Amino acid sequence: MKSFGGKVLFLNRSDINTDEIIPAKYLTEVKKEALGPHMLEDLKLDGFDPQSDRTAAASVIVTRQNFGCGSSREHAPWALEVNGITVVIAENYARIFRQNMFNCGMLAIELDAAAIDSLFSLADADVKCAVDIDKKELTFTSPAGNQTISFSVAPFDEALVRAGGWVEYADNNL
Amino acid sequence: MGKTLVQKIFDSHLKTEPFEGTKVLNLDVVMCHEITTPIAIADLEWRGKDRVFDPTKIKAVIDHVTPSKDTKSAVQAKILREWARRHDIKDFFDIGQNGVCHAIFPEKGFIRPGYTIIMGDSHTCTHGAFGAFAAGVGTTDLEVGILKGVCAFRQPETIRVNISGSRSKGVFAKDIILEVIRQLTVNGATDRVIEFRGEVIDAMTMEERMTVTNMAIEAGGTSGICMPDEVTLDYLWPFIAEEYNNDRSAALNAFKAWWSDKDAEYAQVLDIDITNLEPVTTVGFKPDQVKKLSEVSGTRVDQVYIGSCTNGRISDLREAAAMAKGHRLADTVRGIVAPATTEIYRQAMNEGLLDTLMEAGFCITNATCGACLGMSNGVLAPDEVCASTTNRNFNGRMGKGGTVHLMSPAAAVAAGIKGELCDPRSLMK
Repeated sequence: MKSFGGKVLFLNRSDINTDEIIPAKYLTEVKKEALGPHMLEDLKLDGFDPQSDRTAAASVIVTRQNFGCGSSREHAPWALEVNGITVVIAENYARIFRQNMFNCGMLAIELDAAAIDSLFSLADADVKCAVDIDKKELTFTSPAGNQTISFSVAPFDEALVRAGGWVEYADNNL
Repeated sequence: MGKTLVQKIFDSHLKTEPFEGTKVLNLDVVMCHEITTPIAIADLEWRGKDRVFDPTKIKAVIDHVTPSKDTKSAVQAKILREWARRHDIKDFFDIGQNGVCHAIFPEKGFIRPGYTIIMGDSHTCTHGAFGAFAAGVGTTDLEVGILKGVCAFRQPETIRVNISGSRSKGVFAKDIILEVIRQLTVNGATDRVIEFRGEVIDAMTMEERMTVTNMAIEAGGTSGICMPDEVTLDYLWPFIAEEYNNDRSAALNAFKAWWSDKDAEYAQVLDIDITNLEPVTTVGFKPDQVKKLSEVSGTRVDQVYIGSCTNGRISDLREAAAMAKGHRLADTVRGIVAPATTEIYRQAMNEGLLDTLMEAGFCITNATCGACLGMSNGVLAPDEVCASTTNRNFNGRMGKGGTVHLMSPAAAVAAGIKGELCDPRSLMK
């Protein structure tokens, strides 16, 4: 199983698409590591600030709705992973991106809008997120104190995370 | 209670249900292209599992960057080409016979009603036009599909979209699907299949239906789907006549067995009357931001792009040529036509369509995905604007800093002639 948790990068926008996470011109790379420097590159186009100074240290992304929409490219979760980000927390996801995350043994956690709002109220400070996958709890540490939020994950998706991904799971179980 | 078409496909293809609600389906076709497949191939090799579940059920094409533009894209093509040879994948299409995946695979007759299909490409939903469950997936799903012939899905609910009314002049399949996406929004169909029904869909050709189902993903849909009928049968007949001993009614009955039952349950039913629909386009950077072309006329256009898995088929080129005939592109506009397959290219040439388009000032390129996703063959410079028949207007999609307006082929050509977005009816004879 991969390791989860660490500093949080807040992306305060809905409908962030996989072209914005990793532009198509980098899809000719056949090594995942080559995607690293280009993560979230086209998110800057619309005058949006992806907080590049915080990106380097981040292990967790907190964002809004429909994260990862558009192209099916698994290069999007790979670009996150090679930058050390293995957890995304959002109100909801595009289906293919969500499945790609779990297929890679990574976490795409859904929280309701109120919980996401409460997290964004912390966004101006440095926030850390600890993930307890056995208890299904996220603990956010910020200057405002600690906040623990329960989450749920579909049993199949949890099995993929515990196996380390879909290829491993399919190999052992199908 | 009855079942939807998708429920019937899930039931008939179920291999196992490892957890409640997670269905592992047996796959009829696994499609591959050179962008998302090479990493799956490399991973299989690394795991010592360089095998394929059934070479006759794997279809592969080099389409996104072809001919290769640089060393990296050449290496991707080489990996796919050598893999296809190594595993005796006979349905592999390279330069000289290739085409955009979602145009060439239907053209070759690989799709059947009731099939399960995956590909490492989000527009795989196109093939739902034939009454198949066809879903885009990532590279890991593709890898397991190649190795074991299965894929896991949460069983999707179905949204039924009934499209009625009569089409006005200048309103094409593209305008209709953009209107559907506007109403559903970009995530209104997430984890759901969009079932396209109604008299307007019934009257559409297969090419028009493919334009519609192609963009189901732009509303978040797992797939788009149409009921397989006589139109489907006419399209597929050259490929299936033998299977059915030349008995059309037997084939049609088999098709109709897949239809959603009358008492099937839907998550949502959306009725859309298109009688008053006008030609439309997208504004902004999301495909649900749709406006009447008459409302945004006057917006400067630098490039016109006719092509892609959405609108690069022969009927699209006929519409484009009909609009272009007797006109010239404005001096300030570059026009690019990428017929979606080699076969469509030849047909358009034989019909004189390419001549008409070239006389109007268009450049004709080979079949490729190219400019649609800003990989080659028509990338925009910053601040440039393209009137495009493709499927995504995401920020930077066709080139960093560029803007894409999605529309029908006729509307795109009209914009090229005027040098600005316009209501295409103003130029229609």
